Amino acid sequence: MYRYDEFDARFVTERVAQFRYQVERRLSGELTEDEFKPLRLMNGLYLQLHAYMLRIAVPYGTLSARQLRMLAHIARKYDKGYGHFTTRQNIQFNWPKLVDVPDILADLATVEMHALQTSGNCIRNVTADHFAGAAADEIEDPRPIAEIIRQWSSLHPEFSYLPRKFKIAVGGAAHDRAALKFHDVAVEIVKNEAGETGYRVYAGGGMGRTPYVAHVVGDFVATTDILAFLEAVMRVYNQSGRRDNMYKSRIKILVNALGPEEMRRRIEREFAEIRAGGTLEVPAEEIARITDYFAPPAFEALSDVSPEFEATREADVDFRAWSDVNLAAHRAPGYSIVTISLKPIGGVPGDASHEQLDALAELMDKFGIAEIRVSHEQNLVLPHVRKKDLSAIHARLAELGLATPNAGLVTDIIACPGLDYCDLANARAIPIAQRLSERFADLKRQRDIGELKIKISGCINACGHHHAGHIGILGVDKKGVEFYQLQLGGSGAEDASIGEILGPGFGEHEIVDAVERVVDVYLERREGSERFLDTVRRVGLEPFKERAYAAH
Amino acid sequence: MPLIRDGIFVEDNFATIADGEPFPANGTIVSLARFHKDREALLARNAPVGVRLKSEESPEALGEDVHRLSVVVLEFPKFRDGRAFSWARILRTRLGFTGEIRAAGHFLYDQLAFMHRVGIDAFEVPENITLPEFHRALGEMTDVYQPSADRRKTIRQLRAGFETLPSLPSGERAG
Repeated sequence: MYRYDEFDARFVTERVAQFRYQVERRLSGELTEDEFKPLRLMNGLYLQLHAYMLRIAVPYGTLSARQLRMLAHIARKYDKGYGHFTTRQNIQFNWPKLVDVPDILADLATVEMHALQTSGNCIRNVTADHFAGAAADEIEDPRPIAEIIRQWSSLHPEFSYLPRKFKIAVGGAAHDRAALKFHDVAVEIVKNEAGETGYRVYAGGGMGRTPYVAHVVGDFVATTDILAFLEAVMRVYNQSGRRDNMYKSRIKILVNALGPEEMRRRIEREFAEIRAGGTLEVPAEEIARITDYFAPPAFEALSDVSPEFEATREADVDFRAWSDVNLAAHRAPGYSIVTISLKPIGGVPGDASHEQLDALAELMDKFGIAEIRVSHEQNLVLPHVRKKDLSAIHARLAELGLATPNAGLVTDIIACPGLDYCDLANARAIPIAQRLSERFADLKRQRDIGELKIKISGCINACGHHHAGHIGILGVDKKGVEFYQLQLGGSGAEDASIGEILGPGFGEHEIVDAVERVVDVYLERREGSERFLDTVRRVGLEPFKERAYAAH
Repeated sequence: MPLIRDGIFVEDNFATIADGEPFPANGTIVSLARFHKDREALLARNAPVGVRLKSEESPEALGEDVHRLSVVVLEFPKFRDGRAFSWARILRTRLGFTGEIRAAGHFLYDQLAFMHRVGIDAFEVPENITLPEFHRALGEMTDVYQPSADRRKTIRQLRAGFETLPSLPSGERAG
C-alpha cells in the first residue's frame, strides 16, 4: 500500500499544526462559529446533535494493521470505545472533544492518516472498489490513480471553496462495487480497441433530494491527462455551479441544467488549455512509481482447490454458510477475498469496537495479511487470504462476533447514523436496520431470498444511499412523527438505477411488516434465479404496492 | 481598508468610484458595467485603470482590454463564495494578465495562502491583521501538491528533483 515520503509526512504534520491554530482561535473567540465551521469541516469535524463528530479519511478504503490499531487507540482514548465505518469508506468517531481533536490528528499523522477534506465544500476523500487489486474481474487496480487524485486534491488552492461538496470514486472492474454512477465525478478504468488503458470519466451523478445517474463526459482520457481533465471539470463547476441554493448546488444540477453535451463542450475547452499548459501532466514514470506501492503481495503458487478448505466446509455447517456468501473470487488461484460483516443480527451497521479493531490487526499479522479494506457497504474486507487459512480465520472472526454469514443478503443493511446522532436527520435509521435484521434473522430464509440490498437514510441527504437500494427506505418527519417511505428497484452497481417511490410512508411500527410483505411478493413472483431487483424490474411496482398497502 | 501588496502594507493609489461618479485625477477602479460604458474615455485618460469584478463576473468579459488594465479587483461577497479563485487563475494563466490582482470583500486568514497561490498579489485586509500574521498564513504549508499560478514547484517535481520549471501555458507566454 501507499507509504508517505518526507513530503507527504511534512504536509500532514503541518496541516495538523494549521488546524491546531484554527482551534485555538475558535476557543479564544477570535473566530466565530460561522467562520470556524468551514475550517473544521474541511478537517472532518462536525457539530452533531450531542457532540462533535470526527470523520477520519481512509483513502480508497485501504488500511494497514498498524493503522487499525491506531483507530482502536483513538476509540479507547478519545471516544466511547467504538468507531463507525461509513458509506464513503471513512471512519467516524461520535464523541471527541474539540480540544482533543488536534491531538487525535497528530496521533493519526504518526500512522500516515488524516481527516483532510472528509467534509466541507471541497473535493472529498477519494473512494475506490474495495476489492481493488484482488478481484478476478479487474482490469487494473484503481488505487494508484486514486492516490494521485488524493494528492492533487489535497488543499487545492482553486477548489477548496466550491459551491458544494464534491465526491470522486474510482473503479477498474467489470462489476461496479464503488457506486461510480452516483458520484459527482467517477473515473472508470477501461481499455480501448488497441488494448491501451485509459479512463472513462462520468460527471453529475448523485443522490440527495435530486438523484441522478452520472453522464459520461470523457470517453477515453489518457492516463497522463487525468488530472488535467479533472481540473477542467472542477473549473467549469467552480465557475458555473449554483451558489444561491444549497439544494441545487451540486454538479449534478449543473450537468442536467446545461445538458451533458454543453457540459462536455465546456470541459473540453478548459481541458484543451490545461493540457496544453503541461503542468498537470502525470508522467508515465510517476504513475509507475505510485503503482509500485500497490503491488500485490507475492502470491504463493497454490492450487485453486484447497483440501483444508473443502474439509472444513464438509465438517462445519457455519463455515459452509459463511464461505458461501462472504467469500469472493480472487484473481490468484488458491486465494479468496473475505468480507467481514459489520452487520451482526440486531447490531448497528458499520460499528466496530476497539477490541474488534485490535483483534483484527492481530489476525492480520498472524496470517501475514498486510491490508484490510473498508467497503462503502459498511463492511471490512480482507483482500488476499489463502484458502487454506480460511477455517482458522473464520473461527477467530466468530469469536469476535465478526463472522455473520450475510454479505449481500437481506440483513447486510446500509444505514446512515440517522437521528440517533446526526444533526440533519429527520428520523432514526439505525433502529429500523436493527429490527429488519432481527425480522429476517433466519439464515435459511435469508439464503432463500438471496441478494437483496436494503439501504436506509434518515433524511433526504441520502447518506444511507436509499436511492440505490434494491429496497430503499427514507425516513421523513411528519409533524414530529417518524415515517418511512419505501423505494424499490434502485441499484448502485454497473446497472445503476434510482429506486421508485412505492407510495405514502409507513409508521415506525409498520415499516418492517411492509418490507416483509414486499419480499413475500418477490418470493411468489420470481422466475428462475431472478434476484429481487430483477423481479422488480420485470413486473414493475404494482404488485408490490398492492401487497404493501393491503394490510395498511 | 489597509492594503497589502507584494507582501507589504502600501498606500492604495487607486480610488474606487461608484458608477455615477466622475473620474478622479489619478488611478481609478470602476465596475465592469462602467468600464464597458465608458471604455473609450477611461482608456484615453493618462492614468491607470482598474476594474472591480463581482464574483459572478468572469474576467473573460474584459477580452483583450485586460492587458490595458493596471489592476483587477476580485470581490469576495462572502468567504464561502470561491469563484474568484478560478477568476484569478484564469487571469494569470489563460489571459496572461501581469498586473495587480486584488482581493476585496469578505475572506479569512485561512484563505490567504490559497488566494496567493492562484495569483492574487494584493489584499484589502481587515484592520486587525498584522504583517507577521499575513506571512504566517502564507507559510503554514511548506509544500504544495498541485501546480498553480504561483508556479511553485509541486511535491511531485521536488520528488523528481526538478531544477527547471516546466513550460508555461500558451496564455502566459503571450502575456
